[in-house]
Amino acid sequence: MKSVLPGARLGGARVVVLIPYLWLVFLFLIPFLIVVKISLSQTAIAQPPYTPVLDLGRGWQGLKTFAAALSLDNYSLIASDSLYLVSYVRSIQIAAMSTVLLLLLGFPLAYGMARAPRRWQPALFMLVALPFWTSFLIRIYAWINILQRDGLLNQLLIMLRMVDEPPAWLASDTAVYIGMVYSYLPFMVLPLYASLEKMDESLIEAAADLGCPRWRAFWLVTLPLSLSGVIAGVLLCFIPIVGEFVIPDLLGSSQSMMIGQTLWTEFFLNKDWPVASSIAIVLLAVLLTPILFYQRMQTRDPSERA
Amino acid sequence: MHKPTAFNVASIALGLAFLYAPIVVLVVYSFNASRLVTVWAGWSTRWYGELLRDGAMLESAWVTIRVAMLSATAATVLGTLAALALVRLGRFRGRLLFSGMVYAPLVMPELIIGLALLLLFVAVGADRGFWTVTVAHTSLTMCFVTIIVRSRLLHLDPSLEEAALDLGCPPMKTFLSVTVPLILPALASGWMLAFTLSLDDLVIASFTTGPGATTLPIRIYSEIRLGVKPEINAICTIMLAVVGIAVVLTSLIMKSRDAQTIARAG
Repeated sequence: MKSVLPGARLGGARVVVLIPYLWLVFLFLIPFLIVVKISLSQTAIAQPPYTPVLDLGRGWQGLKTFAAALSLDNYSLIASDSLYLVSYVRSIQIAAMSTVLLLLLGFPLAYGMARAPRRWQPALFMLVALPFWTSFLIRIYAWINILQRDGLLNQLLIMLRMVDEPPAWLASDTAVYIGMVYSYLPFMVLPLYASLEKMDESLIEAAADLGCPRWRAFWLVTLPLSLSGVIAGVLLCFIPIVGEFVIPDLLGSSQSMMIGQTLWTEFFLNKDWPVASSIAIVLLAVLLTPILFYQRMQTRDPSERA
Repeated sequence: MHKPTAFNVASIALGLAFLYAPIVVLVVYSFNASRLVTVWAGWSTRWYGELLRDGAMLESAWVTIRVAMLSATAATVLGTLAALALVRLGRFRGRLLFSGMVYAPLVMPELIIGLALLLLFVAVGADRGFWTVTVAHTSLTMCFVTIIVRSRLLHLDPSLEEAALDLGCPPMKTFLSVTVPLILPALASGWMLAFTLSLDDLVIASFTTGPGATTLPIRIYSEIRLGVKPEINAICTIMLAVVGIAVVLTSLIMKSRDAQTIARAG
């Protein structure tokens, strides 16, 4: 294939890759390295609140002084204070549980969409995708309207005489799960739909003709064929939920924090940038395997993508 | 196609009800005449009037719109270049790092991106405010644009460009008069996605903002922490309407293939 790139003959091809490349190096890779560096630094009273300072003006000597002053103190703090460990474990638990709930709820919806008459499908797709475009914050706020003590849910429950005393829904794990499932449902449904929609329905018919019961056909045919969609949906939900901040902050209790809240507190309230950076690095290490897995799925040959 | 089974119809109905009921409640209550969320006191546009008199809120809205417009435009240019590099350049040195940097921000927790960018801005001594938020949003959203444009480029028939080149059209002109029109739907939906992502972002903006550049999500967030207020219902309804209308319009213009790409890019 001939390459059509602006000014390809003038070495323009290199410019095309260089501009976004440099942008990403300066605004993604280098910032990330700074986080690593600061996670190895000490809090100081001065602004910005950390030492040592890398003084490249002093050349090699500067670099050596700098390296000698780095320390793993922040990491040993994270390892020794159970507050952090509890936050990480809690985040992973909540993310795993939310992902399971999302799969249980999302699969029937995606399946229904994929089996709906063809001409309805674009409209259904749009209806599920639309909330994904609208603000996260607004959708969480909508649930506060409903879940607060004198909110609609409790009014409804009292009207139906299902409860006498209005229960407190907010500041609970239930509210966090509702918020997670609600916010991430499109992320689960859309990849599932994409893989289910491509499935050849005659395979199910063949299974039925050969006397396979419906639930077995589902288990042996539908599920394996939609596996790529399941994996994509699970990763797209699990990874960001582990690092979620807004949902547990607004709907959960302040007693038990997820790791995103801990990071936020260290950074904005305690102003301890080095510890906040170490928390971020450990969080990234936890998520590295699923992130790399997701990347491999995305960069694979697009023709075989879900 | 078979007749839809009762189970399929029920799961679609319940799923959509779950997705839309809270939004409907929020919109309806923004027209409630009473200040109390518990009491319905008839329809009124009172809170929209209050909103117009809230100078701080209007200023935040203006900041947010400017940030979103600027960063979406920059992200569309950068993202398109990145997509061209990924699709058209084949193997080049550092390609693995490049595609890694494009795909990582899509799933990386926003907290980490926000923290990293803030530390960069502090390290280079940049004054935090309007421009730092704009640059931060550009970095995040250009990756989404790349995914959308890349998918469109992959599905492009190369013979169209080859024909133009064979007939002696210079590469730059071929790009502008053949390639760009062909990928225009992807550019439009990429810009739109970048715009709405920027409009919605709370976490990255919180890290990278400074005095005088309080975006709408930051202001809404600090108000929400104090409880439910009808004015907030009103501003949320306006934002929902703006995004909803824009998205439906774009989707009518673009092909469903692009919509599915966005969904997969997540």
